[in-house]
Formats: sequence, structure tokens, C-alpha cells
Amino acid sequence: MAEFETPALRPYPEIPPIEIGVMAHSKPFYAKEDHQQKIGFPGELIDNWQQAAVDKMGELVDNSRALRVFLDSCVKCGACTDKCHYYIGTSDPKNMPVARQDLFRSVYRRYYTLAGKYFPSLVGARDMDQSVLDEWYSYFHQCSQCRRCSVYCPYGIDTAEISMAAREIMDSIGVGQKYCNEIIGKAQTIGNNLGLPEPALADTLEGLEEDIEDETGVTVRMPLDEKGADILLVTPSADFFAEPHVDGLIGYAKVFHQAGLSWTLSSHASEAANFGMFIGSYDNMQKLALRVREAALELGVKRIVFGECGHAWRVAYNFLNTLAGPFDFLDPNYPLPQHVCEVTYDLIQRNALRLDPSANDDMVLTFHDSCNV
Amino acid sequence: MSLLTIAFTLLFYFAGAVLLAGLVYRIRLYATTPTPLRIPTTPAPTTAPGVVRRMFFEVTLFNSLFKSNKWIWLFGWIFHMALLFVLLRHLRYFTDPVWSWVSLIQPIGKYAAFAMVAGLFGLWARRLLVDRVRYISSPSDHLMLALLVGIGLTGLGMKYVAHTDIVAVKAFFLGLMYFDWQPMPTDLALNLHLLMVAMLMIVFPFSKLLHAPGVFFSPTRNQIDNPREKRHLPTRETAAGETSA
Ligand code: HEM
Ligand code: SF4
Ligand code: SF4
Repeated sequence: MAEFETPALRPYPEIPPIEIGVMAHSKPFYAKEDHQQKIGFPGELIDNWQQAAVDKMGELVDNSRALRVFLDSCVKCGACTDKCHYYIGTSDPKNMPVARQDLFRSVYRRYYTLAGKYFPSLVGARDMDQSVLDEWYSYFHQCSQCRRCSVYCPYGIDTAEISMAAREIMDSIGVGQKYCNEIIGKAQTIGNNLGLPEPALADTLEGLEEDIEDETGVTVRMPLDEKGADILLVTPSADFFAEPHVDGLIGYAKVFHQAGLSWTLSSHASEAANFGMFIGSYDNMQKLALRVREAALELGVKRIVFGECGHAWRVAYNFLNTLAGPFDFLDPNYPLPQHVCEVTYDLIQRNALRLDPSANDDMVLTFHDSCNV
Repeated sequence: MSLLTIAFTLLFYFAGAVLLAGLVYRIRLYATTPTPLRIPTTPAPTTAPGVVRRMFFEVTLFNSLFKSNKWIWLFGWIFHMALLFVLLRHLRYFTDPVWSWVSLIQPIGKYAAFAMVAGLFGLWARRLLVDRVRYISSPSDHLMLALLVGIGLTGLGMKYVAHTDIVAVKAFFLGLMYFDWQPMPTDLALNLHLLMVAMLMIVFPFSKLLHAPGVFFSPTRNQIDNPREKRHLPTRETAAGETSA
């Protein structure tokens, strides 16, 4: 086993004193013109972007009770100030959830509240200008949208909702983030974030089947686009490619095999991780979610199962039914969608899986439920 | 009628109208704004009674705040509970005869005023002393505390230092309610107290005090965690909404 330097467990968390501006330089690469245009956003900063951003903000708030209530309700009690890992790790006060919200709220107040219109300095209201945009780009990309702050706020104010709205506004005026936007374009055309086309997927799966057979001597199938299968498995495309994710996929195949379940992957919907959520774009998120629906209809499956990925599961569990439902063509006896851990747990409970505890007993294991199943 | 009486009469009608109309407008907005997606935060109840229970403890005990920060919880909870009793105690100026339960809580209300001011000073101290909270505070946050402390201190002054003519005060407010206007006593502490109360009423619907109605509409708290069983749709007729889903 590898040697780790384990940090000492402290009886109380240490909250660092604030260090203003230390993370102001940190920002992701900007999306290129074609990344932007491919997913419906302007290629570069548009003329009159200040007004366009303010208008977009109004439109988003009009259509989201969460935003409206959150922008009004924060009392600046400070309870969330030490709850964000970005703050604890960097000491930059703009990484405190309430301060991150205030980057947005200050503009909202200026244009959409009486107090901000007439007494801007009293309530900390600011005009939408280049310096605000720069701060937005930097600090709204230093939020992983984990929602930890929301758990601790007395009103459940969810900074992730505000980060998403800010990213959507920036995209709409032509300022996008490369990583997300490029990937969304790939997933919408090719079917997955990595841009693996169908032949590459088929080839990868064949290779994995051989690996399993070499290792265990058992022939385990990894079907792709197989019409008439019962289960459609949708998993993050990292599972086809990266270590150790691929071990997860191999595991799913073994579970389905031993339980005698009929399943298939789809090349059309070969991605569980819906990046539309990260950029707060309902339209893009919905387009990606609809691919899952289309694949399920095309292949005639009865159930949809998602592989492991915390953020994929949030979209799948919370949003899929809304975005791409109703799924009344599926078997109503199973939850829609189902998590592969739920499927596996259920099989273990019914003694449908033969497990060999000695196979991994050189390791101390724990299950981290990163998906919040 | 004295100028003072005319001014206070008009002021309180104005303040009352602003408070009422502002709150109705705001609450309607909250109720009618769609919720595009289901976003309850963990640990989220999976049933409607579960949501009612969650909201009840959030509003009465500030459950999440307790998990979050014990000092803010302590000061904040003391302040709000005390405020509640103080407000209920004030009902005696608006009811004739005074409802019996209002008479019953008078002694509690009397001491609650001290607790209220103490809680406010505790919160204010954090706002000044903790670097993170100081950083997020705008002038309006300090002014709000100053206003509430001011109301509390002038109130305590009238109760424990220099009594005011509460019979006349009651006559003034009953007069407002029944459109039979009565004189406002000239007493500096009282006039200041009431001026600040009117200011509080006026800023209420334009300020962070909207957290009071807001908390009931927060989707992360009032939504049921059942998106797989029941397809969530963005709009629904019912107001506070999700609990009835
Ligand atoms: C349903 C009713 C209410 C609930 C659940 C509620 C809850 C809370 C909570 C949890 C906090 C944060 C902790 C704290 O700083 O005290 C807070 C802050 C505050 N509340 Fe309320 N509140 C309610 C009604 C009111 C009302 C009616 C007022 C005033 C007239 C008020 C005035 C304040 C103020 C001024 C603060 C900020 C204190 C500071 O500056 O630190 N609240 N409220
Ligand atoms: S915990 Fe909530 S109300 Fe308090 S400062 Fe943070 S976001 Fe605002
Ligand atoms: S949602 Fe964003 S602001 Fe809130 S704790 Fe997570 S990373 Fe920090």
C-alpha cells in the first residue's frame, strides 16, 4: 500500500483570516468562437454587452423563484462564510459563498431594486462594467456548485444557482468557458464529452471484453446499441477511457452478467455527465437529456440505469424526468432513472450475486457515496 | 390638531400602506415565479408532511443555522424570539378590550425587550469583530441593526426610565384604526420610538427583512425530494407551492 502523509485531525476546523484578492488572477481558458456558436451563444463579446447582461439577468430572475428569493433574502448573517472549500483553501473573501453571491447581487440591486437605484453605496450596489465582468469570470468559476453552503444557510440560499445564472449570463454575451462549452458541443453532436465516435466505442468495449475474459476466463458481453435490451446503461464517457473509471464499467458489466440482466450501452447517449448544468444553460442541458430519451426509444429498452458520477446523478435523479419526460414508455416497476449502485445493492440483498470477499481483502475499503444516492 | 399629530397620523397610514402593499406585491412575485427544476438540499424529506416538519423547525428553531454557527444561532434566535414576544405584547395598544392571552404574556414581553437588545448587540459585535462578517457588511446592514437597537432602547427607556402616557398612545392608535383621530402625546422618547418603527415598516419590503416571507418560498427547503416518483413541472397554481405537490 502507498504511504500517505495523513494530515492530523484537528478538534476544531481552523478558519483562515481573509486575504483580499489573492485569487483574483485565477480563471479558466475562454471558449473560442466556434465552441460558443456551436451551442447557441455569440462567438465573442457582443456590442452593448452591459445592457444585454442586465436584461438577461432580469429574464433569469423572472423565471426562477430560487434566484428571486435568494437575491432578496440574504441577511448577511455570515453563517456560510466558512463553509466553502474554496474559501478555506485560498483565504480569498470573494470565495465566501455570500460574497460570491454579492458579486451578482450587487448588480441585481443596482438595476432591479429601489434601494440600489437610488442609494447604491448604502446597499453595496454596482454598475455592470468590465471590472465586474472580470470578477464574475474569475470567481464564478471558483465554485464547484457543490451546494454545501446551501445546507448551512438559514434560508437554504444555494450559491450554485447563482453561479449557474452568472455563467449563463456570461455565455449569452459571448464570454464562455472553454472546457465546458467545447465538451457540450461534442456531446451534442457525437454523443459524449470525450468525442468518441461509435466505431471507437465499439472497439474499446471489445477490448474490455477481452480483458475480462483474460482475467477471469468468463465471457462477459459489453453490448453497444443492441435493440431489444431491457436496460439502457448511461455512464460517464470517462468510463470508456480513463483509469480507474474503467474498472467501474468492467464492474457494471460483471454485475449485469452474473445477474443475467439484458443490457446495452448507446452510442447516441454515451454520456451521463451533463455539462449543461455547469453552465446553467437549461436549453443545453435539455438537449443532452433528450439524447437519453431518444436512445431509450430507439433501442426499445424498459429501464434506464446510470453509472457512477456525482454530477451526472444530480441531473439524472433530479432533472431528467422534468427535462426529457414523461417516460411512460418504460417499465413503471423501476425508478426512473436507477443508479447502478441501487441495482447492485438490490441484487446483493436478493442474493443474486456471488461475491468473493477474499478477492479484495488486501485493501481497507469504504464506500464514498459521492452521488448522494 | 397639532402639527405633530397630523404628521404622525399621516406617517403611520403611509407606513402601513407601504408595508402591506409591498409585502403583498413581493409575496405574489415569489409565489408566481416558476421553479424550473427540483432542487431541494440534502437531507431532503420525501413526503409533504416531512417538508412541513422541516420548515417548522427551520422557522422556529433556525435548525440549519444551529448546525452552521452556534454564536450566530444563539444571538439570532434570542433576538427573534424576544422580538416575537415584544410584538405580541404590543398588541395591547391595538385591542380594546385587550385579549386575555395578550395580558397573560405581558410579563414575558417586558423582559424580552432586554433579550432582544442583547441579541442585537451580539450580532452587531460579530459584524464588527469577525473579519469575514465585517467584509460582507454594507452600511445598510449596520443601519438595520442600529434602527432595531434604537427602537429597543427607546422602548426600554419609556418602560424603565421615564414613563410615557400609554393611555394616550393607545387612544392614538385605536383612533388610527377607527378613523377617529386622537392627539399624539409630545414626548421625545415616544416620538423617536414611533418614528423609527414607521421607518422600519417602510424599509421592510425593500430590504433584507424580506427574509421573513422569503424563507417560506425557498425551493431548496420547501420542495419534496420525489422527482422520480412525480414529474416536476415549473409552474403550479398553488402559492407556497411545493408542499402541496
Ligand atoms: C418568519 C420569520 C423570521 C425568520 C424565520 C427569521 C430568521 C432569521 C435568521 C435565521 C436570521 C439569521 C441569524 C441572525 O442574524 O439573527 C435572521 C436575521 C435577521 N432578522 Fe429575521 N427572521 C424572521 C423575521 C424577522 C423580522 C420580522 C424582523 C424585523 C423586524 C427580522 C429582522 C432580522 C434582522 C435585522 C436580521 C439580521 C441580523 C444581523 O444583522 O446580523 N427578522 N432572521
Ligand atoms: S448563510 Fe445565507 S443568509 Fe447568511 S450570509 Fe450566507 S447566504 Fe446570507
Ligand atoms: S456551491 Fe460554490 S460557493 Fe457554495 S460551498 Fe460549493 S463551491 Fe463554495
